[in-house]
Amino acid sequence: MKKGRGLRLRRKITNALMLAAAALSAAFGLVWLLWIMATLVRKGLPAINWAFFTQLPSPPGTPGGGLANAIVGTLIVTGLATAIGVPVGILAGTYLAEFGRGSAFAKTVRFVADVLVSAPSIVIGVFVYAIVVMAMHGFSAIAGAVALALIMIPVVVRVTEEILNLVPDQLREAALALGAPYWKVVLAICYRRALGGMTTGILLAVARVSGETAPLLFTALNSPFWTPSLDKPIATLNVTLFNYAMSPYDDWRGMAWGAALLITFGVLATTVLARVVVGRIRI
Amino acid sequence: MSDLTPGLREGYTGTSRDGREAVPPGRSRSGARTRPAAWIDPAFKGVTALFAGLILLFVAALGVVLWHKGHPALTTFGPSFLWSQQWNPVKGLFGALPSIYGTLVSSAIAIAIAAPVGLGVAVFLVEMAPPWLARPVGLAIEMLAAIPSIIYGMWGLFVFAPFLSAHVLPAVKKVAGGSFLFAGPPMGIGMLPAALILAVMILPFIASIGRDVFALVPAVDKESAYGLGATTWEVVRHVVIPHTRTGLIGAIFLALGRALGETMAVTFVIGNAHKISASLLAPGCTIASTLANEFSEAVSEIHIASLIELGFLLFVITTIILALAKLLLWRIESRIKGR
Repeated sequence: MKKGRGLRLRRKITNALMLAAAALSAAFGLVWLLWIMATLVRKGLPAINWAFFTQLPSPPGTPGGGLANAIVGTLIVTGLATAIGVPVGILAGTYLAEFGRGSAFAKTVRFVADVLVSAPSIVIGVFVYAIVVMAMHGFSAIAGAVALALIMIPVVVRVTEEILNLVPDQLREAALALGAPYWKVVLAICYRRALGGMTTGILLAVARVSGETAPLLFTALNSPFWTPSLDKPIATLNVTLFNYAMSPYDDWRGMAWGAALLITFGVLATTVLARVVVGRIRI
Repeated sequence: MSDLTPGLREGYTGTSRDGREAVPPGRSRSGARTRPAAWIDPAFKGVTALFAGLILLFVAALGVVLWHKGHPALTTFGPSFLWSQQWNPVKGLFGALPSIYGTLVSSAIAIAIAAPVGLGVAVFLVEMAPPWLARPVGLAIEMLAAIPSIIYGMWGLFVFAPFLSAHVLPAVKKVAGGSFLFAGPPMGIGMLPAALILAVMILPFIASIGRDVFALVPAVDKESAYGLGATTWEVVRHVVIPHTRTGLIGAIFLALGRALGETMAVTFVIGNAHKISASLLAPGCTIASTLANEFSEAVSEIHIASLIELGFLLFVITTIILALAKLLLWRIESRIKGR
């Protein structure tokens, strides 16, 4: 009887300890998020003013100056990458969901895309350096966009496929029974039904690549000026942040915190927006 | 699915209800063709298949190009490139060992921290927290994965490293005594700080996959254990974890793959020294940090080739780890679908 009570007590204590550890783990994660966010706001906000968005970078020691060219550069490179990556990803994803399905070819593509989703982005940067930068004999906005597009494509492929798989087969069969050819079923029925989910997926992919720095370091490089054309190096917020943060100048570091705040809130806002959209539109 | 249409068309014979002769499909009553051109369907399929094939082409090109462009490093230094500790751009001597060592050690420490903590988060989210708490906490943990790598790096260098060197590392050194693992000055920059930041970055991957596979455990199994008087921890330990082991290992491999290739955060805090130190407080380097630091400034051909060869090594290592992760995760997926 006594022995049984001791055992029960020990089990209860183990249980309490383990559950406390689990709750602490969750708290541990939250602490980091709050700590990083608080730092960003505290150090980043003072750097953000009108000049930050409208002026070109100034040399260290000179007051004023902003990151207008880097902000526009980030938009250009990310926009180009989206324009390349999204159509390619959607078409490939359409094949997997609508035509390939269980075939060996489709399975291989699915597996490779899944692995590529997590592949190190810096390796993609090295690859683009070898095929685009070396071939064009120089760093360029285009090379940066290609690198980001290659990172984006596998994500879009998998998202497209998963969302299209959620479209019920009865819808396709109904449309086919009315005599619609299959391409029309895909374009007018499946895509329309999957629109909300695909938008979410694409937003998440865009958010992800807009925070990428590693693949831009030696493809798009950087520039302190406005970029005259897309075959020239271009400034992006991320690479500028890297250079400024690593510099010994206090005013550049302050500017880097401003850039960090802007990037993080851009990425997080897009991510949350995407999640809220998918929460609303039920598939 | 796509062969349904022709089947329907062939089966369409007989007369319509008003007794008039049936209109053949694809023709209006006047006999004009209305059917859309038949070539569009195969063409559409062909185009999508082509783009799907591009994915395979891309990964093949990735391997071939990196192998080819990095090959001069192997022909110059021989296979000893892999185990040489030299890295001297001025003399043109390169060896990969310090980078490989740093990559493996920082990721291993990161996994050792992130795996138990990530599982703890998953247990909290699935077995403990009420839904009104689990949703926002889960979302917040996923936000950790959305914060760009470079932000972790900058924050690590300017906020976390000073914090570590002022408050944490001196205490650690005192507890560890004269252990070689914690030799050297506690600068807050080096292998251990980099691994800590990596651990936070990969935590959300383990936590969210863990949560997803935990949620797949049949309620009946858990209820049976509770019915026998098991505590929550015993249910987790003896029902939930054995049930989801494959998925959990997959999650850990996936996080490992991420950690190995993580670049910007590590570049900021690891110290970028091309040497192997036993001390976890000493600066080191990883393959990714070496690439990020030196690639845009490398001039000599052998330097660039050596860097690309490093990239090739990273590609091979991460691909193997990630492929393993995917195979494990797919196995648990298909088991659940087959149920």
